[in-house]
Amino acid sequence: MLLIEHSVLNEMVFNVEYSVDERCGFLIGYDENENRRVITSRPVTNAYKGSQQRNFEITAKDYLLAEHFAVSKGLKLVGVYHSHPNQTALPSHYDETAAQPDFSYVILSTMHGKFGEMRSWRLNDQDRFKEEQIYLYPIQYHGNSNHTHTLAEIH
Amino acid sequence: MATVIIPTPLRKFTNSTTRIPILATTISAAIRELTDNFPDLKKHLIDSDGKMAAFINIFVDNEDIRYLDLEKTELKDDTVISIVPAIAGG
Repeated sequence: MLLIEHSVLNEMVFNVEYSVDERCGFLIGYDENENRRVITSRPVTNAYKGSQQRNFEITAKDYLLAEHFAVSKGLKLVGVYHSHPNQTALPSHYDETAAQPDFSYVILSTMHGKFGEMRSWRLNDQDRFKEEQIYLYPIQYHGNSNHTHTLAEIH
Repeated sequence: MATVIIPTPLRKFTNSTTRIPILATTISAAIRELTDNFPDLKKHLIDSDGKMAAFINIFVDNEDIRYLDLEKTELKDDTVISIVPAIAGG
């Protein structure tokens, strides 16, 4: 399960909304037992040399800087996020082919600029994407304290 | 001995070891030594044709081996080799 702090979702949404090009960044946190916790993110430039509306690429330099940043905070890189402007949050064939083992690949779908949905995928032992459940924390309540909001309700 | 720095996504194949000392004196020998010691790394570093995997970059002292002598790039005792995953998607 991927646990994402609410503030991190806000950071990602801020980065990806209102862009016709794919935006991307790193997810930083730590693993705890079966769960993976994301406590901060680091937006990076989409360096793909071509149509960035359908592709993203992160330079080796940005990768190394992000890894050094994570280690300096006593954390680790746990994954990558990128946006799918005007597409669903399902991974493309290229997303799966290019994916690195053990990383969480979070995809944020935007429609007409606005954030729509977020899903996450991780390679299994057969190098195929398997969806991982996302939980946002802390859960935000809107009036009825007996009701736990789902991701869809919050957004 | 030269040192190989393993990136986060591949550490699950090196028992979470980050820095690995190696005896090899070229990149190709270093990769061979690494995959001999950690066999699960092999498919992530070398493709089915025996070439470097498509989504991996190798840096020798911060220089991409594509701008050096590729797999024949020579290593010194104090060389630091960084394996850097190419992060991309669509």
